[in-house]
Amino acid sequence: MGDDKVVLLDFWPSSYGMRVRIALAEKGIKYEAREENLVDKSALLQEMNPVHKMIPVLIHNGKPISESLVIVHYIDEVWNHKSPLLPSEPYQLSQARFWADYIDKKIYSIGKRVWMGTKWEDQEVAKKELVECLKTLEGELGDKLYFGGDKFGFLDLALIPFTTWFYTYETFGSFSIENECPKLMVWATRCMQKQSVSNSLPDPHKVYDFALQLKHNC
Amino acid sequence: MAESSEVKVLGAWPSPFVMRARIALNIKQVNYAFLEENLGEKSELLLKSNPVHKKVPVLIHGDKPICESLIIVQYIDDVWSSAPSILPSDPYDRAIARFWAAYLDEKWYPSMKGIATAQGEEAKKAVVDQVVEGFVMLEEAFVKCSKGKPFFGGDQIGYLDIAFGCFLGWIRVTEKFNGIKLIDQAKTPQLLKWADRFCQHPAVNGVMPETEKLAEFAKILMAKMRAANPPN
Repeated sequence: MGDDKVVLLDFWPSSYGMRVRIALAEKGIKYEAREENLVDKSALLQEMNPVHKMIPVLIHNGKPISESLVIVHYIDEVWNHKSPLLPSEPYQLSQARFWADYIDKKIYSIGKRVWMGTKWEDQEVAKKELVECLKTLEGELGDKLYFGGDKFGFLDLALIPFTTWFYTYETFGSFSIENECPKLMVWATRCMQKQSVSNSLPDPHKVYDFALQLKHNC
Repeated sequence: MAESSEVKVLGAWPSPFVMRARIALNIKQVNYAFLEENLGEKSELLLKSNPVHKKVPVLIHGDKPICESLIIVQYIDDVWSSAPSILPSDPYDRAIARFWAAYLDEKWYPSMKGIATAQGEEAKKAVVDQVVEGFVMLEEAFVKCSKGKPFFGGDQIGYLDIAFGCFLGWIRVTEKFNGIKLIDQAKTPQLLKWADRFCQHPAVNGVMPETEKLAEFAKILMAKMRAANPPN
């Protein structure tokens, strides 16, 4: 374990990249972070992820692993000596995977329609859908401290990065996620108190500036 | 949940995703009740068990529902953990299997569906080329994963065999309807042989629908789709 070479190909505003950063921090894994320019993809990225040419890519002793949740599973299985991320009980594990899959199917694409949307009607529809999804997730959280129960785990890790984009969604969409989903925001604040999380997530205002720039360039 | 609790699968015989759950249960030799859903009129049990997506397959173990086919397969592997294993034992091999399964569902399957809906010969050819490109990548993956053995999983059918093989019925129907070969000797010779081995496997051959039956079903489905969305 001490001779492991771990490299993460990443892009600072990517929620998917953030997931891997958090997982690596939770496990105390030393790694080389390489920032990718997604407009001008490096030869290394193209070689390590020829199928999608997307970040994040974890390179462990020269072997690449792609897809954020696949990477997180891998990290949890290899560095299994501390901070387990995935539930060990099969049913709870299946539920954590189900809701992580739900987040993947919904949040990014609906969120994008909110902040990238140019027509007001389309934005309104996307806003309603996003709020509905976040409320569903809030329901799943219930009265628990974390989605995983008493401890921060896989599902918390899967969702928390998207909260850095909430300010962007809210500003472009003119609404307040706090008003709609107060319990979810309490959960988000709790997660941010963990160093592994707060060190891995960028400032939401920086994310907004990035999104604004991107939207102007389109 | 005890291994011995009752197992039900809510499904539909033409669905490749439902097939995944059934193949996994067959590999583990788990008895289960198959409840055929009428997807035009979903049962209360389905709506209650999968309120989020309202889709099949759903595995109901005792009184607990598990949804999403790949999640179901992993659950089956976790619960009935005695051999044979479905996921590879090595974490890196597991990551590769999961990566390709995700690719199949997120990228490959939508382009496959696109063959039926493509408007015009040129558009169709473009989508077919995309699908075949995917198969060429999977051929390479097969060589790496199988390491000379008959399946992606090695000697036995594994996670990626199940994730990919479930589509073979529909792949054959698409080849038949369009007069094309998607998996062929020239570009994907290993996959061609793997496909036959997979379909003949005892855990598969009882649940893989016959191409003819699936073709009939596809014709009815396409007619319904055309009736609902007539071209202008």
